[in-house]
Amino acid sequence: MRDGPNTHVGSMMDVAVSPVLALRKFGCEQSLLSRPDGSSSFVQGDTSVLAGVYGPAEVKISKEIYDRATLEVMIQPKVGLSGVRERAQEHCVRQTCEAALLSTLHPRSSLSLILQIIHDDGSLLSCCLNAACMALMDAGLPMSCLFCGVTCAIEQDGHIVTDPTSQQEKESRALMTFAIDSAERRVMMSSTRGSFSVNELQQCVALSQRASEEIFQFYRDSVRRRYSKTL
Amino acid sequence: MRETPLSNCERQFLLKAIEEKKRLDGRQTYDYRNIKITFGTDYGCCVVDVGKTRVLAQVSCELVAPKDNRPTEGIMFINLELSPMASPAFESGRQSELHVTLNRLLERCLRNSKCLDTESLCVVSGEKVWKIRIDVHVLNHDGNIMDAASIAAITALCHFRRPDVGIQGEEVTIYTPEERDLIPLSIYHMPVSVSFSFFQQGTFLLVDPCEREERVMDGLLVIAMNKHREICSIQSSGGIMLLKEQVLRCNKIASVKVCEITELINKALENDRKVKKEGGKFGFAESMAKERITALKSEIAPVEMIDIEEKAEDIICRTGAPCDTVPSPVVRAPGTGQVGEGLQNAWGLDEVEEEEEEEDDIEQGGPEKQPESETITSKKGDVVVISDSEEEEVVILHQGVEVKDFREEMSSGQKQATSASKKKKKKRKLAH
Repeated sequence: MRDGPNTHVGSMMDVAVSPVLALRKFGCEQSLLSRPDGSSSFVQGDTSVLAGVYGPAEVKISKEIYDRATLEVMIQPKVGLSGVRERAQEHCVRQTCEAALLSTLHPRSSLSLILQIIHDDGSLLSCCLNAACMALMDAGLPMSCLFCGVTCAIEQDGHIVTDPTSQQEKESRALMTFAIDSAERRVMMSSTRGSFSVNELQQCVALSQRASEEIFQFYRDSVRRRYSKTL
Repeated sequence: MRETPLSNCERQFLLKAIEEKKRLDGRQTYDYRNIKITFGTDYGCCVVDVGKTRVLAQVSCELVAPKDNRPTEGIMFINLELSPMASPAFESGRQSELHVTLNRLLERCLRNSKCLDTESLCVVSGEKVWKIRIDVHVLNHDGNIMDAASIAAITALCHFRRPDVGIQGEEVTIYTPEERDLIPLSIYHMPVSVSFSFFQQGTFLLVDPCEREERVMDGLLVIAMNKHREICSIQSSGGIMLLKEQVLRCNKIASVKVCEITELINKALENDRKVKKEGGKFGFAESMAKERITALKSEIAPVEMIDIEEKAEDIICRTGAPCDTVPSPVVRAPGTGQVGEGLQNAWGLDEVEEEEEEEDDIEQGGPEKQPESETITSKKGDVVVISDSEEEEVVILHQGVEVKDFREEMSSGQKQATSASKKKKKKRKLAH
């Protein structure tokens, strides 16, 4: 497969794609905490994130927005206090959630999403996004679409790896995380690190869109399983 | 977010139930809720569930300079975090009273009881010692955080392995796990705290109060003890007067409970060790309940790679090379029209001509001069000179225009109008 499509001449941006490409085993559990309105834990390989959602609830006057709900996202690291890295990730997750949530239906109220990192073994941001989406679903908040996160890493030799482990992340040349929506498979958020060509970027986007199908199917299956007794 | 207050009805109901020696979850007075201990994939990480209360503990270590007054002792640092996930009342970054109390209790339970051999953590006297940091995150608050936290902290400490260090002269090298095996901490004993809550000024006593019971209790007695029946710390709060007999009775109960819990911790540690030794699967992903209806696991999902490259190239081809010069700083959204935008300014050129024409129109008193399309309306009415001139203005604006490709679709309607009016103009000129 690697030889086939790359036969075009003159392109300097040939990207070899490794033939074995897969998402690690993933798992999810919803409403596992009693206190939050919605909670979920999402596991991708060894990476594990726990998410809890409170809301819609009373909002502090200083944070009140008159025509929509205020969304707060907090990412709690396992060791120490949250720093710049967590703040950046919080920002990415918040923007994605804000785009998906129909927050205008709950004006002057607060939604808080808390993500606790249980174990980091690569693709942390995408795992956070997935856990966040599952928790928002569990909380029953109205959303215009679902979203999922996919992380792609480009290795030194140009191979693309989806859902990399932290070892693969360290060895990679570039790392990209995309949030894909479920309605039209569009990119809602992207966060990249390292350098890459336009061709590589487009390939990663296309790949993420393909991988998102798997994750959305998983969402569907888990929700179907969850409500299988009531249906 | 504020905590939902407890209603008087609930309060009375709870107190009455306790008076009748009944508990909401069907437990007996001295019963603990189910305790579950799960370990993560890395060392020193565990999650402890006591009923619905869930606590995560992680132990980490680093080399630091020792304290001046204790140059040969390692440092043990305990940080209990009340995550806002645990309860809506917990706010991040704010030190509440509960937070301070729990932190202090945990410190007394672990550090002041000297359960950890801190001298073995010394690397170079007065220069380098290990600092053992215990982070305890409360993930779900359903009462009795203290007991869950103490179990989690001591379990994580027992589970933790620190890297080996070598000293050659002045140089200190930390070996990676591949080079040398990790070393467990030396732990003298395992203190575990047991909480007792008192109701009706000490008349009723409950072990392991849940969140609802904590809300209506009058006083709390926390006893930290190890399995050798040595009391590590004891604290009574809430301002109730306890009798000597009551405290002694609590001690007896605590010693039984501590033995049970220590047994459980040892069993859990042993299990984990066995699984790791056999090379089996371990970690949180494995301990997820599969039989639960709310949980689902998937196998490794392959992602199809066929035609990814074509797709990428296709997108790039379609996008085309970005143009070097930006024609206009104004961003056009599809489906919106902007009058006169991005066009050549033709005001100076045609104004004279237009004025002449207008003058002509006025002079000739032109109902007859109206263009054909407008004749139906304007022939009947008065002379609509102004409307005419407006029409002409539009015409002039669109003259000599290079319409960009991407504007073609949306402005085609406009263009038709333009050409139509150009025709009109020609006609009028002929009429002159």
